Amino acid sequence: MSAAAAGATAANVTALKGAKGPSPRHHILSVLVENKAGVLARVAGLFSRRGFNIYSLAVAPTDEDEHFSRITIVVDVESAPLDQIVMQLDKLINVVSIGELSPAEAVERELVLVTVAAGPTERSQVIQLVGVFGGEVINVGTDRLTVMLAGRPEKIDDFEGLLEQYHVVELQRTGRVALPKLERH
Amino acid sequence: MKLTGAQALIKSLEMQGVDVMFGLPGGAILPVYDPIIDSSIRHILVRHEQGAGHAAEGYAMVTGKPGVAMVTSGPGATNIVTPLANAYMDSTPLIVISGQVATPAIGTDAFQECDITGVTMGITKHNWLIKDVDDIPRVVAAAFHVATTGRPGPVLIDLPKDISNAPMEWYWPTSVEELDLPGYHPVTFGDPVLVAQAAELIAAAKRPVLYVGGGVLKARAAEALRALADRTGIPVVTTLMARGAFPDSHPQALGMPGMHGHYTAVTAMQRSDLLINLGARFDDRVTGKISSFAPEAKVIHVDIDPAELGKVRVPDVGIAGDCRQVIGELLLAMDARDTVGEAVVQDLEPWWRQVHEWQERFPLHYSETEGGAIKPQNVVEQLRDAADEDTIVVAGVGQHQMWASQYWNFEHPYTWVNSGGAGTMGFAVPASIGAKVGRPDRTVWAIDGDGCFQMTAQELVTASAEQIPVKIAILNNAYLGMVRQWQEMFYGERYSEVYLSPDLPDYVKWAEAMGCVGIRAESPEDVGPAIEKANSIDDRPVVVDFRTDAFEKVFPMVAAGASNDDIVVHPDQAAAR
Repeated sequence: MSAAAAGATAANVTALKGAKGPSPRHHILSVLVENKAGVLARVAGLFSRRGFNIYSLAVAPTDEDEHFSRITIVVDVESAPLDQIVMQLDKLINVVSIGELSPAEAVERELVLVTVAAGPTERSQVIQLVGVFGGEVINVGTDRLTVMLAGRPEKIDDFEGLLEQYHVVELQRTGRVALPKLERH
Repeated sequence: MKLTGAQALIKSLEMQGVDVMFGLPGGAILPVYDPIIDSSIRHILVRHEQGAGHAAEGYAMVTGKPGVAMVTSGPGATNIVTPLANAYMDSTPLIVISGQVATPAIGTDAFQECDITGVTMGITKHNWLIKDVDDIPRVVAAAFHVATTGRPGPVLIDLPKDISNAPMEWYWPTSVEELDLPGYHPVTFGDPVLVAQAAELIAAAKRPVLYVGGGVLKARAAEALRALADRTGIPVVTTLMARGAFPDSHPQALGMPGMHGHYTAVTAMQRSDLLINLGARFDDRVTGKISSFAPEAKVIHVDIDPAELGKVRVPDVGIAGDCRQVIGELLLAMDARDTVGEAVVQDLEPWWRQVHEWQERFPLHYSETEGGAIKPQNVVEQLRDAADEDTIVVAGVGQHQMWASQYWNFEHPYTWVNSGGAGTMGFAVPASIGAKVGRPDRTVWAIDGDGCFQMTAQELVTASAEQIPVKIAILNNAYLGMVRQWQEMFYGERYSEVYLSPDLPDYVKWAEAMGCVGIRAESPEDVGPAIEKANSIDDRPVVVDFRTDAFEKVFPMVAAGASNDDIVVHPDQAAAR
């Protein structure tokens, strides 16, 4: 049993490291929680304990008084049925409400920061690429650039893929945030 | 009114109606022990914090009120982790208050510091680390609310020493809204549409079984269950956590299902076309291999915890709700069907013929050996026959627990206390103390194993000191018996680290040293007199060392991971299969 639990934990850690490529069977949970000490640990602990896998997780306060935070979790619904994940989450006392978003019903965005080694020959190519994607150069060093891109996760994947031909020194993705698509009358 | 945090805590417990708590003081909880001197609450000083937790569980299981335990920080708190895990598995309302190092010292690896809210996050329904003295009454009220409503469970309140010493202005929350639990909304009533669907499934079933779990006891639903059983004539199985929820003497009672369940209970579920699960959770010890469990059965599942619906077996009708409420609704739905001339149940006569045939062919069985050792099953039978119907029986974990559940006749709810989900050896002695404190009017017999007894026996010192006259029957087979049984059956009789010795320790001397009466029964003719003597003593705890047959095994048995179809009966009955 401990081996299985350890396996699940390891998988979660890996998933958190590389937010790339959720399977088609991923689902987004938008979880409103009380903004109290230890709440994130309760949520993460539940996923690890029950063997549910997380692809990415983003958290921030959501109201002015900072009484509540919203955790956006991309979950692997192959590791457990979505209903089971939602109902177990709902049992956490600090979880106020859970919104389920299928990828088709949601607008999703993610942000990436990348530091690229770009000497005089590559610098303009990288800047051009950033421009094509609508990103931004946010820091310039002697032989390195840090660039930023916000967009749909697939766009970030694409951008990341194209940057591979250069020397990526460091890369940090935020994980997805999502809200439901709006209805039109 | 100005109070210290410590005074506010004790006053909050009094406001919650706490009359008894179990605990052991230490550095970080010291301030809270001072106002106990002036409190109406009876504090029972245990000899190990695990004892405090299990005693509080035993108290909760027989009274229906939450059990309360108090410990200090660090090792005091970690010693009560097992009772918290146990209470979590068995949904027992348990309130643990732990001392914590002063807030400025938290996170510095201070003396006796332990992040107990972190440690117990996964084994409590919720826990709180109090960082503001003004929160104490609110958090205590919230803790009791969370522990006792919805699916009951354990909670922990961690109280730093400086918070205990800080002054506050006393108040008491008067409504649930003041408890600051915006995310906590337990369900109680079942969805009427689903209840009607359940009634329809019941009306169509030819081989239904009422699969009754601990949720029926938690919901105080034994009477409602009786009404449902009487109304429908459906056979009833009671899981290990539900023994006593339905009288074993009732003609519809099939006994306990599961790994060591009654043959008929196991097989009736296996052949059923409708399982009506009331407050049970398809535990692996009940289902055996899940893919071959009750393959033809549709499932109605009633549970107060929505997450149980579909966790193991996907129900055809899943109803989130309190068992007492939902059974009541179900009976009304049946009345409604009756009124419009729709069937309520099928003719179950053919099903009962089959069930009775199993009962006749495969009753519980063990064989007496002429001039041989005491049979443990016979000890349970003799204890049972000499006991009042309302006697409370407490068990540890292992063979003795299974024999107690099999051979006792449970006629009333809340007469059976055991560790079901967690399987915590050593549960019986402290839990029996808590049970006796909760129901001093009742006889409390703990049926324990020798291995279990050695884990927590020191709490008999507590029982003697506090004049709590529990009775402990040790079924002493000199082995870790259940493990020995598995090694005999599944590991080619290669016995590895299971022998304990019948007389090391000397249980009679040990009992006497702890202020109890010690009695020994070495041969079958000693059993009756030993029980008679034990039953005649009511001014102190009694320990009876029954030297039982070391090689007796628990039957029937479904091997771990095997299908319930492959239930193994006693060798004497094997020919009948």
